[in-house]
Amino acid sequence: MWSILLNSNTQWVLLSTAILGIAAGTIGSLAYWKRQSLMSDALAHAALPGVIIAFLLFKVKHLFVLITGAAISAVIGAFFIQGIRSSTRIKEDTAMGMILSIFYGFGIMLLTIANRTSGNQSGLNNFILGQSASMVQSDVWTMSILAILVVSIVVIGFKEWKIYLFDRQFASGLGLPLKGMDVVYTILLVTTIVVGIQAVGVILIAALLIIPAVSARYWTHSFQAMVIISALFGGASGTIGTLISAIGNGWPTGPFIVVLAASFFIISLIFGKEKGILVQYWQMKRHKKQEIIQSIPTSVLKKEVQ
Amino acid sequence: MNEVVLEVKNLTAAYQKNTVLRDVNFQVEAGSLTGIVGPNGAGKSTLIKTMLALHPVLSGEVHFFGSTYKKVKKRIGYVPQRGSVDWDFPTIALDVVMMGLYGQIGWLRRPTKTHQRMAFEALDKMGMADYANRQISQLSGGQQQRVFLARALVQNADIYFMDEPLAGVDAATERAIMKILDELKAAGKTVMVVHHDLQTVADYFDHVLFLNRTVIKHGKTNDVYTEDNIATTYGGSIRLIGGRIGNVVHPVKQ
Repeated sequence: MWSILLNSNTQWVLLSTAILGIAAGTIGSLAYWKRQSLMSDALAHAALPGVIIAFLLFKVKHLFVLITGAAISAVIGAFFIQGIRSSTRIKEDTAMGMILSIFYGFGIMLLTIANRTSGNQSGLNNFILGQSASMVQSDVWTMSILAILVVSIVVIGFKEWKIYLFDRQFASGLGLPLKGMDVVYTILLVTTIVVGIQAVGVILIAALLIIPAVSARYWTHSFQAMVIISALFGGASGTIGTLISAIGNGWPTGPFIVVLAASFFIISLIFGKEKGILVQYWQMKRHKKQEIIQSIPTSVLKKEVQ
Repeated sequence: MNEVVLEVKNLTAAYQKNTVLRDVNFQVEAGSLTGIVGPNGAGKSTLIKTMLALHPVLSGEVHFFGSTYKKVKKRIGYVPQRGSVDWDFPTIALDVVMMGLYGQIGWLRRPTKTHQRMAFEALDKMGMADYANRQISQLSGGQQQRVFLARALVQNADIYFMDEPLAGVDAATERAIMKILDELKAAGKTVMVVHHDLQTVADYFDHVLFLNRTVIKHGKTNDVYTEDNIATTYGGSIRLIGGRIGNVVHPVKQ
């Protein structure tokens, strides 16, 4: 086990999945308040055909090429969802469900074709459930730089993002370019998804965006703290999940990352200081006790009067 | 007559297929306090949103201070309907008020102690000093409305648009809000308020704008706030309570 940990490649991969988790936790908090948690899942699934098409076209497995394909495909998926919603009677959730499954199905079909036709393609399967062990130095760099860029953009414009999410109408009155921010937000979301798909996989990357954000809700009443806590949960899930996968030698990374994120969620749900189950139960009990104590003298008094 | 600060010419706006506002024309003088009244679906909120470029204009023009909205954005304050935001958003009252200062603070820059003090003073003015650090989800409806108003106050705009600030608030909040509106008026600011309670229109506003898809009547309250105009606007019969204009009963149609 220690030999794996001391391996410099493993250390780099661990660092990059930590940064990825931080980026996912950060963007996930924005998506949560934009009510677009499910959208990230649809975009992630929609990214698969792009990965395979990019591979079939350029015959290389360079991460940057593949995730560019993934990004284009995810954005096309987003346009379809938008188009279906605005021009038909179909509601957004249904549109997302349709695009998610159609794009994913199409991607698996292409993957089968790619596996049959070209030789050196074994790595492509890793984009489904994630395989951080397959990452090479250049992948680590691509992933880390993009993820750091995503986090920086959120941090720099933090107060603008806050009002953008809380009150669009007022933000518009202040002169914030809402349309531009919509575009930037979508770029950030898509970037986070596509840089994560090699490590976490298209099926489960959305979980890394959604779960840390909802877990963070149980610990704070401040948006800033929520983003930070969510980033920490995301980073920890990414790192520990990758570690387990590395020790297991060839185990897929995505499922472990998600199971870890889910454990953090359950801990938050039970022990969270803001509306966690235990705290609520305890507060309720204490409140009841006080009410009973306060009501005793008055009821005694009433009886005496009667 | 005072300087004209807002001029709306032949304004038309629509949602998908339905035209909501047609050929709206009016002028507002500086220092006036106008109540916009009309039945549900008359286009009151849409009128405000269209003037403030939150809703697309089909045709017509809107001029603020003889200029376009874009150029004088900073001089315009807007208080949206309370229901237009998610009050579960994790933030405190002081923070929401601070949002009114974002334009002043400058984009991508952090608020200073001075900005915090300004936001706190605005909350204090609305009688909300004790709630400055309270989570907004824990505020009552009236308190949330006061926070919204405090946010508009710190903007220090010259003309204010308020969408039903008095809807669903208790008497104390209503008094607090009206006091602020009177103060704004006294300071020479122009205020337009979407209002629902016909009983209080004459007490609260010096101008009335009757709206039902278009301007039915607009002018000084003393001149235009008549039963006839109310009946025309609401398309129903009205009852008089104690000699004052009371509830409106409108036929169910549409």
